[in-house]
Formats: sequence, structure tokens, C-alpha cells
Amino acid sequence: MTRLNRRGLLKTGVAAGVLAATGLPIRAQTRGGKLTAGLSGANTSDSWDSRTHSDLFMIACAQGAVFDSLTEIRADGSLVGELAENWEATPDAKTWTFNLRQGVTFHNGKPFGADDVIASLQMHLGEESKSAAKPIVENIVEMTKMGDHQVQLTLNAGNADLPYLLSDYHILMYPAGQIDEAIANGIGTGLYQVQSFDPGVRMVATRYPDHYKGDDAGFFDEIEYIAINDNTARMNALMTGQVDAVNRIDFKTESLLRANPQLSIQEVTGNQHYIFPMLTNVAPFTDVNVRRALKYGINRQELVDKILLGHGKVGNDSPIGPANQYYNADMEQLEYDPDQAKYWLQQAGMDSLNIDLSASSAAFEGAVDAAQLFQASASAGGININVIQEPADGYWSNVWLKKPFCASYWSGRATEDWMFSTAYEEGVPWNDSQWGSEDSARFQELLIMARAELDSDKRREQYYEMQQILRDDGGVLVPMFANYVQALNNRIATPETVGNLWQMDNARMAERWWAA
Amino acid sequence: MNSILRIILQRLGLGLLTLFVVSIVIFVAVNLLPGDFAELILGQGATPETVATIRRDLGLDQPLVLRYFDWLRGMLTLDLGTSFSQLNRVSNLGGGSDTTTVVEQIAPRLSNTLFLAAVTASIAVPFSITLGVLAALYRNTAFDRSANIFTLSSISSPEFFMAYVLILFLAVLNPILPSLSNIYQGMPFWERVEKSLLPALTLTLVVTAHMMRMTRAAIINLLASPYIEMARLKGLSPMRVIVKHALPNALAPIINVIALNLAYLITGVVVVEVVFVYPGIGQLFVDSVKIRDIPVVQACCLIFAAAYILLNLTADILSILSNPRLRHPK
Repeated sequence: MTRLNRRGLLKTGVAAGVLAATGLPIRAQTRGGKLTAGLSGANTSDSWDSRTHSDLFMIACAQGAVFDSLTEIRADGSLVGELAENWEATPDAKTWTFNLRQGVTFHNGKPFGADDVIASLQMHLGEESKSAAKPIVENIVEMTKMGDHQVQLTLNAGNADLPYLLSDYHILMYPAGQIDEAIANGIGTGLYQVQSFDPGVRMVATRYPDHYKGDDAGFFDEIEYIAINDNTARMNALMTGQVDAVNRIDFKTESLLRANPQLSIQEVTGNQHYIFPMLTNVAPFTDVNVRRALKYGINRQELVDKILLGHGKVGNDSPIGPANQYYNADMEQLEYDPDQAKYWLQQAGMDSLNIDLSASSAAFEGAVDAAQLFQASASAGGININVIQEPADGYWSNVWLKKPFCASYWSGRATEDWMFSTAYEEGVPWNDSQWGSEDSARFQELLIMARAELDSDKRREQYYEMQQILRDDGGVLVPMFANYVQALNNRIATPETVGNLWQMDNARMAERWWAA
Repeated sequence: MNSILRIILQRLGLGLLTLFVVSIVIFVAVNLLPGDFAELILGQGATPETVATIRRDLGLDQPLVLRYFDWLRGMLTLDLGTSFSQLNRVSNLGGGSDTTTVVEQIAPRLSNTLFLAAVTASIAVPFSITLGVLAALYRNTAFDRSANIFTLSSISSPEFFMAYVLILFLAVLNPILPSLSNIYQGMPFWERVEKSLLPALTLTLVVTAHMMRMTRAAIINLLASPYIEMARLKGLSPMRVIVKHALPNALAPIINVIALNLAYLITGVVVVEVVFVYPGIGQLFVDSVKIRDIPVVQACCLIFAAAYILLNLTADILSILSNPRLRHPK
């Protein structure tokens, strides 16, 4: 095992202990009080099984309060250890050794150790497993217990992102041998201990005394998360002071929230993006000139203004967003330019282009309207788009990946490699543009190279180049990134930097916010 | 008395037959819903293989008729099955974990709904009967007309609209009552009542018109009878004539309407529960339809149907009891 010249993300890994010990005092944080939040994304089928988590309510309850992962992404996007104290990798980024935090106990008193890590990771494997984290954990070919508080994970191929990937909200640490019990009752190592949990209704938890995170996190004595899926009911609950914070504010009543001096609105741009993917192996999209014409035929700013009502940011046809580490913010922005669109059509040897675009509200809210706006803007460039409104039911199985040009979305991924290898690597099932080495051999080559690259400067160059390739030649139009917009009242205070990986400060408001 | 027993048994038998027919309708209708559980739970991640795995695990690949008889057999033994989401979770875990059955899932929700129905009924029934009696007493006066206009306009507006009007006046402008009715197990009784008050008032507004107008009509109908005239000629006060002499004879139709409205309080609360985030069976129903969790949807439908049939039956029997003429059909 060699020790590397660690730079970039490894540096943060080693610094984890130091950071956690000092904390980053921004404003006076006080212990005590209660956080009552009204959150959407709850269902009666919810459980403490992290493999099934997909929406905010359970993510906030599980990873955000009751359970912990090996690593954690801070609000500023840096990576720190949570249950792992630090880690190191071999130069090929294939073998990783994690040193676990000592003296941590689960809420039932069982001490946390290497066995728990291995058992928790194995939960995601198995042929029948439907875990969303299976593609991540599958790459670990060997899990070895090196000591009570040390595990070694060997990958089938080098991946410099492993510590990032382990911060995924599906990969939580459960007590080995008591996993069923932990799933039934919610027994984790998190800052808060479950008092009552009624699926689809509410969750109450109290601060776990003597937690390993000490006084730097988890400031509330008690938290209560109330499931409010209905938009209007959630806004009402906030307006009448029955909850302190809500996620996903309703843009239609936003002005009412803004008029109330007791309330404040938080808005962050993350990686969530709305897209129009085209199948690059189906004519006419096989021709890069046609794709370029479409890139100039879409009015991105108009879509942000009218579909997102300003709560978003124009996209540049790359899925890498501001919440990613190597987001290329300085890349020149594609602008709406009908003349350019005409020019590229001519390059493709066409005077005009007739294409179908399938859309449905299942893709994202307002997708059909967005398609119609696109239709209007593209016609100036000689592109005639025929908008086909598809039924929302079965959209993902009948339209997406099947129709040559449609509307879709991605909630984004924490790392560049994860995003690219989910939707842009040649041959992967969710490659919604059928993007492969025929389109850009360089892109696929860079993807493999960057994955195992531990030097973060080199990686940045590689990822910047990949983003540029997608902007210029890619088969996915990424016209906009949608913001996460949430609101809270003045009984609650938050740090200045709020996480943008997920709603509600990466769903960790119980850990990071405090009673004002 | 024997004849009454026979009538009750006869009606119960008919009720069961109705329930059987309803069960077929429910099963077919629910299975005709577009989209299926496997695709919805997997969302964007639905690949043909995972969809097939889930469908196989849940027995969704079996023929419809076979599934119906399986369900019917379970129903007869009060076993409503296990919800898809629970089954899916278990197969995910590889078995060996405890699951909650549909019955266990529905029971607390149903008891919450019944609680809300009880709170509503204890407000709505006395209120509307009193209002009906008063309207009959002061018929064709300004009071009668305004009571009519008020109740009719509240029954004609959609429930969610009445709910928002009440929220606006009683929760936002004058914060007297909470707009969020998130009651939970172990909540003290009076706090529960307070939290349920806004949805109960909304439902009261919805059901009052029926009961009040039926009370008024039934009483006015009787006021033309000779025995009422007799009572009046004796010099009794109008209030006494109505409450003591007219009301008992008008009870049959009133009871009928009350029973129907009680049934509505159980089956028609879906919208109100969603608006107030009240954890009753209505909200469970909506949640389950959203993810196409068929066993839960079917069980909820069946409970709604059974409640409706049972309360109608009660109404029938009570009106037969209160009206001897109905006991001897010609």
C-alpha cells in the first residue's frame, strides 16, 4: 500500500478529521429548540430501507437525521468523512482503505465497526436487488475487514470518485446482523433517534445524546417532519406558522411568501436539469450539423423565464451543473441564433427540417409548453418541430429511449463520472442519446481516463474538455437547470452556504440548521 | 317481531349480494387503470427486466380471473392481502422481515376517518336538525330563506373551495384553528378534536343542506295533517306542535337522509383529507392510486362500498321500524 501525493479530493479526505473537529463557525449556533418541517415526497409505502429511497421526505429522515454514510458532502461541495475518518487509495485508484471512526454506537447501543460497513454494502448486491445503488456497489469486487475499524474495498477498475459515491443517500450504514430490525425501527448512528415514524404521515426524532459529531452539528433537541405532498397545504402550513420550513415552494404563491416578513426564501441552483435528448443513431440526428442547428434553434433564456418562471439557469448542453466539482462555468454559452441554425442546416445539406418532438408532463412540469416554445423559436431557423403530446402513464417505458426526440430530465449526480457513466457512456442502458464512440471517440476515451485519475488538475482538464465536446456535438439539449427553491420562517437560522446537491440543504437541515 | 327479523336478514342477504357485484366491478375497474405498479415504482429506471421481476414477484403476470378468485378467497377470510409496496420491499430484502398487511395498514387510517366522521356528525346532525326545525317554524321568512341560501350555496361549492375559505378565515386571517390536521396515535383527545375541527366544519357545510332541507320538508308536509291542526286548536305553542307532534312522525325520512350523509362522511372525505393533510383512509386511497398499489386501492374501495351499503341498510331498517306500514308490503 503506497501513500500517494494526495491532492484534490484526497486532501479533503485527510482533512476530514480536522474539519470535523474545528467546525466552521459562521453565525452563533445554539443548541435546543425544535424543527418542524413540512416536506413533500412522502408515501405510505415509505420505510427505513435506504435502497428504496427516492424522494426528499425519506432522504431527510434517513440520511439527513437518523442514519449516517461513510462520507458526507458538505454544503460547499467538499467531501468529508462521516463514519469514515479518512481513506487512501493505491495509485491506480483500484484499492481503497477506509479508516472508520472509533467509539461510534448505533442507537440501540451496538458499537459501529468494519462488519457493519461490509454488511451494509452487501445489502445492495444480489441478483434480485432493486437497489438504486447497485451499479455503484457492484463495482466493488472484494470487501476485506482489515481490523475492527478498517475496511479495504477493491474495485474491478480504478475509480477516483469512490469516496464521493459512498456519500450517496442509498448507501447508509446499518448494524450488521440486525439489519431487519434496523429497517423496521430505524436504528442508525445519526444525530437523531427515532421517536415515532408513521409512513406517509410524520416522523419525530430527538437528538441522540453524546453523538460523535459533538456540538458542531445537530442543534435541535427535537425534529418533526410532517408529510405534506399537497402544494397548497404545504404553503398554508408555512404561512400559518404550523411548520418552520417547507421544500419545493409553489411559484404561483411565491409573491405571497415574499410579502410575509416572517418568511425567507432559499434558492440554489443544483444539478437538476431538464433536457431534450435525441437518438444520435437515428436519422436525421446522426448528422452532427443537424444537432448543431437544433442547439442554435432553442431559446434557452425564454425557457428559463417562462417554464421555470426565472427559478433556474440556462444550460449549455452539458449535464454537469454548479453542484459538481469540475463544472466548467466559463464555457462560452450557446445563444439562440436562427441564422446559425439555418447555416448548420445548410451544412447538413437541407433547406428545412421536419421533426417530431414527444413531450409529456411526466418528463418535467411544463414539458409540453417547453416543447411548444422550442417549436416557435426553431421555426425562425427553418426547423419545423411537430410537438406530440404523449400520455404521462408509461412515458418512461414507451417514449423515453424509444422515440428519436423527446423531453426528459435528470436530477443530476454528485460526480461527473457518475453522471457521464449513467447517461453518456457507450452502451449503458440509460444512454438517452445513444451517444457512443462513433459520435466522439475522444469523449469515451476521456471518460475512462478521468475515472481513474487521482490528480485533480488533470481531471479538471479532462472533464472541461468533455463538457465542451457535449456542448458542440452532443445529442442532448440541456436548455435549463432548475433551482431548488424552499422557504423557512424566522424561528430557524441557516448557515450562509446551503447545499445544492439536494433540496433542503442536501436534506440535512436537521444537522446544519438551528433555532434562531 | 318475527317479520322484522326476516326483513333484516333478507336485506342483509341482498347487501352481501350487492357487495359481491361491487367487488367484481372494483376489481375490473382497478385493473383497467392505465400504467402499472412496477413501472411507477421504478419510474425512469424501468427496464424490461426489472419490470418483469417485480411483476413476477407480485403475481401480476397471472390471468385476471385467477387473481380475482384469489382476492375473493382472501377477502372472505378477512385477509385483504399485502400491499405491493410492502411485498416489493420484502422481495428486495430477500424475505425474513416483518411486513404489515393491508388490514394493518388500513385499520389506523380507517379509525382516523371514523373519528373525523364522528366529530362531524356530532356537529352537523344537531345543527342541521335544529336549523330545519327553525326553518319549518319560521317558514317563508327572511330567516328561512337565508338559511336555505346559505346551506344550498355551501353544498353547491366544491369541497376544496369551502375548505380554503374556512382556512382563509379561521386559520390565516384569524389564527384560531390549525390548518394542518396531522393527528397521530397517542395524541390527547381534545387536541385531536381541535386539530380535526376545520375538516369537520368543512364537511359539516357540505352535508348540512341535505339534512336541514329534508327536516324542513318533512315537517312542513305534516303540518297540513288534521292531527296537527287539532294540536294547534288546543292552543299549543307552534314550537311545541313541531317538536312534540310533527317531528316524531317526520323521523323516517330524516333518519334516511342522516344515514346517507353519514355514509358520505366515510366515503366522500378524500378531497377534504388531502387538503387538510388528515391521515385518514381517503389520503391512503389517493397515495395508493398514485403508485397503483392495487391491493390497497381495492381494499379501500371495498370498505367504502361496505360502509355505503351498511348505512343504507340501517336507514332502510330504521325507517321500516319507525313506520309499521312498510312492514307489510302488499
